[in-house]
Amino acid sequence: MCGPQIKINEASYRTIKDICASFDNKPGELINILHKTQEHFGYLPEEVQQVVADCLGIPVGRVYGVVSFYSFFTMKPKGKYAISVCLGTACYVKGAEKILDALKSELKISEGGVTEDGKFSLDVLRCVGACGLAPVMTINGKTYGRLVPEHVKEILAEYAD
Amino acid sequence: MAVKMHILVCGGTGCSASASHEIIDQLNKEIVAHDLTDFVKVVVTGCFGFCERGPIVKIIPDNTFYTRVKPSDAKEIIEEHIIKGRKVQRLLYVAPDTNKSVSDSKHMEFYKKQLRIALRNCGFIDPENIEESIARDGYAALGKCLTEMTPEQVIAEIKASGLRGRGGAGFPTGLKWEIAAKSRPGEQKYVVCNADEGDPGAFMDRSLLEGDPHSILEAMAICGYCIGASKGLIYIRAEYPLAIHRLQVAIAQAEEYGLLGKDILGTGFNFEIELRYGAGAFVCGEETALIHSMEGKRGEPTFKPPFPAQSGYLGKPTNVNNVETYANIPVIINKGAAWFSSIGTEKSKGTKVFALAGKINNVGLIEVPMGITLREIIYEIGGGIKGGKKFKAVQTGGPSGGCLTEKHLDTPIDYDSLVAAGSMMGSGGMIVMDEDDCMVAIAKFYLGFTVDESCGKCTPCRVGNRRLLEILTKITDGKGTMEDLEQLKNLSQVIKDTALCGLGQTSPNPVLSTINNFWDEYVEHVVDKKCRAGQCKALKKYVIDPDKCKGCTACARACPVSAISGTVKNPHVINQLDCIKCGTCIEKCKFGAISLK
Repeated sequence: MCGPQIKINEASYRTIKDICASFDNKPGELINILHKTQEHFGYLPEEVQQVVADCLGIPVGRVYGVVSFYSFFTMKPKGKYAISVCLGTACYVKGAEKILDALKSELKISEGGVTEDGKFSLDVLRCVGACGLAPVMTINGKTYGRLVPEHVKEILAEYAD
Repeated sequence: MAVKMHILVCGGTGCSASASHEIIDQLNKEIVAHDLTDFVKVVVTGCFGFCERGPIVKIIPDNTFYTRVKPSDAKEIIEEHIIKGRKVQRLLYVAPDTNKSVSDSKHMEFYKKQLRIALRNCGFIDPENIEESIARDGYAALGKCLTEMTPEQVIAEIKASGLRGRGGAGFPTGLKWEIAAKSRPGEQKYVVCNADEGDPGAFMDRSLLEGDPHSILEAMAICGYCIGASKGLIYIRAEYPLAIHRLQVAIAQAEEYGLLGKDILGTGFNFEIELRYGAGAFVCGEETALIHSMEGKRGEPTFKPPFPAQSGYLGKPTNVNNVETYANIPVIINKGAAWFSSIGTEKSKGTKVFALAGKINNVGLIEVPMGITLREIIYEIGGGIKGGKKFKAVQTGGPSGGCLTEKHLDTPIDYDSLVAAGSMMGSGGMIVMDEDDCMVAIAKFYLGFTVDESCGKCTPCRVGNRRLLEILTKITDGKGTMEDLEQLKNLSQVIKDTALCGLGQTSPNPVLSTINNFWDEYVEHVVDKKCRAGQCKALKKYVIDPDKCKGCTACARACPVSAISGTVKNPHVINQLDCIKCGTCIEKCKFGAISLK
């Protein structure tokens, strides 16, 4: 078998097999399977993709093709608190870039980065659909709206644990 | 004692983000504390639309509309309004023109000109309770179709209504159904709902699914009956967790009530609906790409024909419609095509939902009859531009559309007039911009989006858009030339003519439309190296005000590139060609004589 060696433990291997089996190992369910798998692991490293490919009986290249195509899937682990800044048009015209800049300088990471302690990761996304609250960002799914750069410090302080 | 009053609380994404769930908890706590559980009931609804003033709480039957409610207001609402019958004045909406508070939403400027057909139930019913939907004619249209009408009659009714696809392109819905119905009869077919709302700044579909999921399920079943499909699929963005949850609840309830599943209403008609999740790819709004994504593949579009009606999901005939299109179907069946087609313009019937956002006072979700003017939307419904600034443009159609300017303010809005004005209806995002927005930067913003979202399959889109973005970046960096502007126009046209799918073919629209409407601004960026909105950082200049400059020479000594010249006690000057915009001079000046313009 080509591809990387599977470096995951037995329990994780079982989990992936169970997820695939819950979708009858159908290749047509690949995206749903990847959603579930990412929900469990937080990200989709190569080894995980390999197991999914084996379960579905498809080349790992096809799995990778899908993972890399969709922005929702990530091959890198996120921080404990995943921050996403909305850069949809409504947020953009209301100054979302300034919020992003404030986060970057506060966390000292760039877009797509994770802080050294693994606590925060910073991403941008296109529209959470809360345009009435623009500009917005989300932290682990919780939405913060009507932001100004000065809010950034206070909000990050909520996650000071 | 029967429940006499209802407190409706918006549970849409916008208001939820502003703690509407805590408001609900507090209200319920107060209701229990005052032993009112048999008298008043809290109902979580979908979006009321007036997101700007959210969270919204509405009291039925007196229709009191409370705005910007906080969890701590719950006590007062219960003790004053519910128990003593006195409205909480400080939570009422204050009309900006008269400065008087308005308690019933139908008297607010924001709602006066709206006509809610697709959004008829949003903000009225509990979307997680099928009985509230049924009480407002939910599934009545499906019953009527199955028991009183043939599929041909239903299609004829939809055709006669003049309904066109609300996803953007405006293809006649009845005709689409007819083609799917006639395609390969007897084979397994599919009804697909496109809920992959990827247009940044648009949230119509999300609000519809969150506020009234049953209407969509009902319409899909009607479509299934018409085209001969027993299976429906909703392709929804994974970024919309609340809408997904409400759909799951709605599907389970409809199955329990025998309104989905086998032998619906005892007519022998079978129809089931499943969800398929998107994973963040704008191109999947294109129907062939969407179908590939549902099959678990990369969401790359393919050439049409074959159209999905001929060969779609799993190679079977498939009908794809947008959420808002489906939301109109049950009403058309219940009230008739003649009623529907009496609303709107000659070629665009009915209403359109717009997500009004950006630099406008009343941000929110609105539904207006086709043919309304932009002026009515912006200045009456929208309440004008934020902060009294000057209106500059409205962007419609998102990354595929263009902008409308002052000269379009009185154009009646419909599919065709928007195309004639160089934009498009799109899914209904409407972003208002004021004098502080740079139109070149806006074009660059959209191109940045398209470059990110291009699937990479065809060269014009993959390579061409990247080149467009580079030229735009060059211009906003102050390095553009007049040849670049020509190049922008030519390349845009080539991409439009040669790209494979709708995404690529429309991606240069924001560039072309801003060039057409704001040519002066492009020329200013290129020739004068000036951005009148002051948004393009690279074009800002450090200048010394000669009246304030004392000639102390502090700035000239500090300048790392010796770009400042002047003699002692005389005003100094910055040589713009040498200036590297480091900002050292501003810090050194004790007299506030240097500014960034």
